[in-house]
Amino acid sequence: MNYADLFRVTLPEFALEIAALLVLVVDLAFLRKAAYKLRIVVAALLGVAGCAAAAWAVLQQGSGGLSFPASHELLLATGGFTAVAQTGILTLTALTLFLLIDSEFTRHVGEYVAVVLMAASGGLLIAGAQDLLLIFIGLELLSLGLYILTAFAKSSGKSAEAAMKYYLFGGMSAAFLLFGFSYLYGISGSTNLHQILLAANGIRGQQAAPLLYVAIVLIAAGLGFKVAAVPFHLWAPDTYEGAPAPAAAFIASVSKVASFALLISICTAALHVFDRSASFVGATVQLSTATQPVFPGFRVPWSLVLTLFAAGSMALGNLAALVQISVRRLLAYSAIAHAGYILLGLAFFSYSPRSAGAVLYYVLTYGLTTIGAFGVVAVVERATGSDRLDAFLGLHKRSPLLAAVLLVLFLSLAGIPPLVGFWAKFNLFATVLGVSAGPVPFALVALAVGLSAVSLYYYLQVLKRAYVMPAVDETPIKAHPVTLAVLVLIAAAVVALGCFPALLGNWIGSFSPMM
Amino acid sequence: MSGFPILTLLTVLPLVGAAIALFSGKHARAVALITAICGLALALVVWTQLPPDGSIGLIEKAAWAPSLGIEYHLGVDGLGALMLVLSAIVTLMSVDAAHRVHHQPGLYFGLVLLLESGLFGSFTALNFFHWFLFWELSLIPAFFLIKLWGGPRRGPAATQFFVYTMAGSVVLLVCFLAVFLSTGSMDFGHLTQMASTGALDRAVTAHLGPVTLWLAIGVLAGFAVKVPMAPFHTWLPAAYAEAPSPVTMLLTGAMSKMGVYGLLRIAIPLFGHQIAQIRTPLLVLAVVTVVMGAWAAAAQKDLKRIFAYSSVNHLGYCLLGIFAIAIPASGASAVASQAAALNGVILQMFNHGLSAAALFWFVSMMQTRTGGPRGIDDFGGLRKPAPVLAGLMGIALFSSLGLPGLNGFVGEFLVFRGVFSLAWVAASISILGLLVSAVVILTVIQKVFTGPVPEHCAAFPDLNHGERMALAPVIGLMFLLGILPQLVVETVNPTVINLLAHWRF
Amino acid sequence: MLAWTIYLSFAGALVQALLPKGRNALARWLALAVAVAGLVLAVGGFAAGMGQGRMVIVDLPWVPAMGIHYLLAADGISRVLVLLTGLAAVAGVLFSWNIELRTNEFFAFFLALIGGVYGVFLSFDLFLLFVFYEIAIVPKYFLISIWGSTRREYAAMKLALYSFVGSSMVLIGLLAAYATSGSHSTGLIALAHASLPVSFQMWAFPLVFTGFAILAGMWPFHTWAPTGHVAAPTGASMLLAGVVMKLGAYGCLRVAMSLFPRGLDPWGFSYIGIGSWRDVFAVLAVIGIVYGALVALVQTDFKFVIGYSSVSHMGFVLLGLMTLNQIGVTGAVMQMFSHGILAGLLFAIVGRIVYERTHTRQLAELEALHLSRRLPFAAWAFVIAGMASMGLPGFSGFVAELQVLVGAWKVQPWWTAAAGVGIVVGVAYTWRALQKAFFSDVRVTPDDHPRTGWHDLGAITWPEYTGVALLVGVSLFVGLYPRILLDTIEPAVKALLAGGGQ
Repeated sequence: MNYADLFRVTLPEFALEIAALLVLVVDLAFLRKAAYKLRIVVAALLGVAGCAAAAWAVLQQGSGGLSFPASHELLLATGGFTAVAQTGILTLTALTLFLLIDSEFTRHVGEYVAVVLMAASGGLLIAGAQDLLLIFIGLELLSLGLYILTAFAKSSGKSAEAAMKYYLFGGMSAAFLLFGFSYLYGISGSTNLHQILLAANGIRGQQAAPLLYVAIVLIAAGLGFKVAAVPFHLWAPDTYEGAPAPAAAFIASVSKVASFALLISICTAALHVFDRSASFVGATVQLSTATQPVFPGFRVPWSLVLTLFAAGSMALGNLAALVQISVRRLLAYSAIAHAGYILLGLAFFSYSPRSAGAVLYYVLTYGLTTIGAFGVVAVVERATGSDRLDAFLGLHKRSPLLAAVLLVLFLSLAGIPPLVGFWAKFNLFATVLGVSAGPVPFALVALAVGLSAVSLYYYLQVLKRAYVMPAVDETPIKAHPVTLAVLVLIAAAVVALGCFPALLGNWIGSFSPMM
Repeated sequence: MSGFPILTLLTVLPLVGAAIALFSGKHARAVALITAICGLALALVVWTQLPPDGSIGLIEKAAWAPSLGIEYHLGVDGLGALMLVLSAIVTLMSVDAAHRVHHQPGLYFGLVLLLESGLFGSFTALNFFHWFLFWELSLIPAFFLIKLWGGPRRGPAATQFFVYTMAGSVVLLVCFLAVFLSTGSMDFGHLTQMASTGALDRAVTAHLGPVTLWLAIGVLAGFAVKVPMAPFHTWLPAAYAEAPSPVTMLLTGAMSKMGVYGLLRIAIPLFGHQIAQIRTPLLVLAVVTVVMGAWAAAAQKDLKRIFAYSSVNHLGYCLLGIFAIAIPASGASAVASQAAALNGVILQMFNHGLSAAALFWFVSMMQTRTGGPRGIDDFGGLRKPAPVLAGLMGIALFSSLGLPGLNGFVGEFLVFRGVFSLAWVAASISILGLLVSAVVILTVIQKVFTGPVPEHCAAFPDLNHGERMALAPVIGLMFLLGILPQLVVETVNPTVINLLAHWRF
Repeated sequence: MLAWTIYLSFAGALVQALLPKGRNALARWLALAVAVAGLVLAVGGFAAGMGQGRMVIVDLPWVPAMGIHYLLAADGISRVLVLLTGLAAVAGVLFSWNIELRTNEFFAFFLALIGGVYGVFLSFDLFLLFVFYEIAIVPKYFLISIWGSTRREYAAMKLALYSFVGSSMVLIGLLAAYATSGSHSTGLIALAHASLPVSFQMWAFPLVFTGFAILAGMWPFHTWAPTGHVAAPTGASMLLAGVVMKLGAYGCLRVAMSLFPRGLDPWGFSYIGIGSWRDVFAVLAVIGIVYGALVALVQTDFKFVIGYSSVSHMGFVLLGLMTLNQIGVTGAVMQMFSHGILAGLLFAIVGRIVYERTHTRQLAELEALHLSRRLPFAAWAFVIAGMASMGLPGFSGFVAELQVLVGAWKVQPWWTAAAGVGIVVGVAYTWRALQKAFFSDVRVTPDDHPRTGWHDLGAITWPEYTGVALLVGVSLFVGLYPRILLDTIEPAVKALLAGGGQ
């Protein structure tokens, strides 16, 4: 390992950091006296340019990564699905930056954009990290950014409250995670994921097993917090409700993508261990029983924990969303539910590119849709001063375009074809059933499908107010043309990707390391 | 058979007329008259085109819904053709009589013509589906004619009529469904063929178990409602009385014949053997119908109800004849008796249709003159103020009574001629009905036409010129058929022979 | 050619959505043009397909990675139902002519629904079929909740959730079938030939069948139907009862029965005479027939009578399907067509012609209005529709129900007997509604002409005349000449029953 390699591999992160500094400098040095609008536009555009540069860098990187020369242990992966996740993170970040243009929750736009970009670079790191330390650094980079972003509306008490809750929960979960990591290191003597998991699966003795279990639970708790899985979801509704809308969109999308990318890495690594000796396709269950007659190793308890998370998140998220009257909280619970679906895909994971592809597909399209949803909520909130359900009354009269976007996005979240949300669900569930037969995955998929039927109810609650119920106030809602353009673009993408699911699927597939 | 689909034309003609009448408002009656005359002309053409051997002619056949055994199969023999002529005549009379329809005349005459189409269709159909279609088609307009243009208590009357006949239809449908399921055929000809060899019974037994007798009873019940036969007759007096008189003419003149026709065309050919098994109870019911009808008529005060029960009585003779012949024939004399009875039944159908329609027509005329009341006590001594009316109605009454020289006599005579040798007990008891019936008719004549003229009848207007012209052909026909019954018998007799040859008891 | 029915409807929906507000007349004519064009295409496709078997219209790889094809095809059953959809669409537009509130949006949702329905009937790829099936759900919700009447939001939500739960069950079955078959294709034909394990079919069949049957109004999952039908605006109830319920029945036939035929096999034991899923669903269908009819008999709301009658009539469809014989299944498809036409007609009369003028649907209140004199057209249209609906010969319903009964008889005579009771009750409730709503006992004498208030009900408009004429004409034509449909349906049913739908 030399610094040239390091620079080459972390080029996207560098691009983001440079962009972040650039934004700060430009904003503080040259635009102090400039109009607020101009400052926002410049900052956002610089940020988007940074994302574009980083994305270019990501796509330039071949499959591979940075390893320690001595042990050939992979430190930071590039290319492959990592590239997919990173591209997704950058795209979604850029979209949230566009949403900033129409908001006025802060006067410190330069700082805001810089923090967003730095947090995004943390996300990039997580997506590629294969080493515990790097994972932790990336997570902290991302999390700290998110805490700040949540608190950014300094004049809003809610924002501060949300940030404080988020920070306290986040700090504790980070502690859990670190604790778990330290156990893993203690068991295996390595910080490399693959080494650790190989070691974990090699453990035959009974004495080490409780330690591994504790580690798994601790790590799962830490990561479960990041993806807002039940029972570590408590921060999500408050944060989604209190954070400034662009920040909430960022939390709901970019942070999710990064965290799930990390989970994909872990799951892949866990299976990688077996598949060095066996063909990988669809043989996971047999392998784990065949090679581990005494001790189930890492994979089985890990799957079990993820399964529990998945079931709990789907059930609680969907059911709690039914009674929400704040649309942001509703979106938060819906996010929990969606995290549950995705976790199901991770719990029944296969080493084949199919599983990772399906999860990434889901999380990327979900992130896209959520940003759009928060964009609409932000516009409505600015006009009505509330994110209550009743704020959406008569939206189709006040802004037909916005209402149409809302319709498309929410129906996509509910999983109605031909929108992308449906395809993502179908693909994910088909993959789950395809890679693992048996009554348990089937029952869980059935639960997921059944609960997504429930979810239609609360999405329709919002749409009902937008389209059906009479308007209280019929003054038109004005939105910034850029915001509208971005929202329409997102909606169009949701429709187009739903009608032609193979587009994104093939693109993701083209990164498959196994091809 | 002729290449020209004259039967289809006959069936479609009233439908077209109905459609035109529906939209022609005040001129609907004229449209209906023209249509009815054309219908009569066509029916007479059909009558002349019959094959001389009494078999079914003018056949039209086309596939319809083969999977259900449904075919478009039309054809007539002497029986069917006679019924066509009767329907056409009665419809014409009814349209002629209905010159006082002010309320929605378009709809009224449209429904009448629809009813005529139903009659024509069911008298020519040789496939169950087709037959049932027109059977039901005739029910609907009849219901609405009673319901919308009837007397004060028309609501319950129409309901009763509808419920009874619909129930009968459902029973028929169920029975035929069972037959179809067992045999895979809905064709009358084919089924008659099967029945005559006993194959029908065997097929039904094989598919459904020993239920052929029940099917026979079901079919009988379905038709008995329509005729009506006791104890299914209770809808009739109310319906006949509440319906406007022209509609009653149709009901009694033509629609009741659908029931008798159904017995002859469907029940006896298909279930002759089973009917023969239950011949005695059926004869009892027929006798009850005859006697009860007559007695009930005697107890009425309302002219329409009197004639209604009298109709029950007259149709009872038809039932009597039909059930009497349902016995395995042994020897030439028995066959001759059967032929006589059947000839009588068919003639009676025609004659009753003619006279009953005429009687209700007269009631209608009297009612328009009194402005509503039609009780037997509302009139008196009409002979003086209205001699022509009294005379012509008297002829019709005597025809109904069965006076020799008028049409009614031949039919009843032949029925009794046949029945006496086949079932003398039933015939003897029925004589009682004949007597009571005579008393009823004579009472009517006495009370309405003779005696002192009450005040309100003093200025009773006689028949005007138009009415006389309209009635003349009908009365003429009564005399003609009374004197020259062979006009009809010549054509009917071969059919009777032919029918009897195909029936198995 | 038939594929254009789908594209045209969706394009029409999009154009409607983009129309400027207030151009109501334009929106109406545009909707009518689209619907008529769809009908013309459907008739053309029907005529072109006579005597043909299954014809592939489009076959493009859609998601090659999962073996999903954009596969549109049509066999006899599809063609008949597409024809029905075309008719229902035209009639629905005609009877929605008086929509003044958000007209263009109404027709946008309307046409989107129609497009989805066309799509379902023409899809021969399971995934594609499901996509179209779900597309049809959302417009229904908005059509009812925005333009509906009595408890519209409740009814709309109930309908949407029932549909969505049903489709979830279908989705689960679909996923499971796809995963189990391992055939790497979602084509209906391919899956049908995948010979899925019997044990799998045994549970997948009831799941998928029930999922679809919910939309077909199978008892006891029918409760969405009456409330939904009643609340919906006329055009939407016509579509709901006319074609959307057919989607469910069609799915039962095309997906559940052809993919999992062994799911109908006997279980090997029987309890109170029920020894297979077939018995279970047949019994539910029979219960639905009788129950729907009995409940219709005691309704006080005119539209509820029709709503429950739909449940009863759809029971015949399900019963016909469960006969598994040529004549019964043919009858079921015929009944789908027939009920589509007749339910549309009945709802049009009750919802549009009567309700829009009287503003009441309570039979007790209608009795006092003497509608047979004030709205004779409505009365006679209802007489005809009612006669057709009670299965009088000469109308489409008779042939259909007769075939179902014959088919059921061959399997289990008491099904026929029980269903026959339903028919009799059907006569009763139709007749009761007719009596009460139109022909209540009021004297009609020459001096009793209702001059007062004659005009306040408003004259019948041309779209109403046209719509009634269209539907009555079709029902009569099919009733008198059933071969026009039977010749197309029978070979398709034969092929379907023979397995694989080939």
